[in-house]
Amino acid sequence: MSRTLPLKHGRGLRPLSIATLVAIPIALVLVFFYAPIEAEEGFLQKIFYLHVPLAIVTLCGFVIGGLLAIVHLRTRDRQWDLRSYVAIHMSLIFGVGTLITGSIWARGSWGHWWVWSEPTLVSFLIVILLYATYQPLRFAIEDPERQARYASVFAIVAGAFVPMNFLAVRLSTAYLHPRVLGSSSNLPPKMAFTFLVSLVAISLLFATLCSYELTAKRTRMLLKARSRTLGFR
Amino acid sequence: MTPLATSIPGSSNNGYVAAAYIVFFAIVLVYVAIMALRLTRVERDLRALNERAEPSRHDETRERETA
Repeated sequence: MSRTLPLKHGRGLRPLSIATLVAIPIALVLVFFYAPIEAEEGFLQKIFYLHVPLAIVTLCGFVIGGLLAIVHLRTRDRQWDLRSYVAIHMSLIFGVGTLITGSIWARGSWGHWWVWSEPTLVSFLIVILLYATYQPLRFAIEDPERQARYASVFAIVAGAFVPMNFLAVRLSTAYLHPRVLGSSSNLPPKMAFTFLVSLVAISLLFATLCSYELTAKRTRMLLKARSRTLGFR
Repeated sequence: MTPLATSIPGSSNNGYVAAAYIVFFAIVLVYVAIMALRLTRVERDLRALNERAEPSRHDETRERETA
């Protein structure tokens, strides 16, 4: 395979995959055997170590997608557009995971699957719905150059909306949703450590899946290009 | 170390915790399965490309030899 196609990409894939495969079991062991059980919510609070890192990684992924899109518009290099697309695509998958795990937590904690009066939930849903339009918009444009340019503009505008939305929710007055990061946060050391390890594990998973997706996409593009050069397609 | 099953307040909520973790790992698993399917398709295309490239390469060398 390497003789016919010079596959240089995906070089960091193996160490990244190994790091993820090590970090996730460590995080799970810490969540279920090391972190103390919370006094008010009890065992249900264990969802926190999955749901919150997922939400953080999702929002960061959207912002990273926007930053990569800026680099694409500055350099006109399609590789940056591809990276931006993959970051947003993966964030969307993680975002769906955040919504589902959050919904399960809400049901157990508040007795409702969804609370429309809670700004954190609704704002997160708005962000996900906004990004749900990214792919239809992107693939509605046939010309690859225009597609990449328009998608980058979308990624930048939506990427800027994410931190503004986060700030707006923070400044709002309703505090039904538990605050995790900020001055009001006072997690016990064992819980804080477990949370940090979980965040690292979920971030590594995100990076690994992005890397897999990028490698797969580049390989397919290379294969198509080689077929065209050889006059097969 | 905190034993998992001992003295869990609100243990009726254990199902929700299990559901959240299972759903998350199911999403990852489905994604990896989709990636594996795509990889199989790429491998098939690559094999087809190699098979088609090999005869044409043989033809080229034969033409060069006869010339």
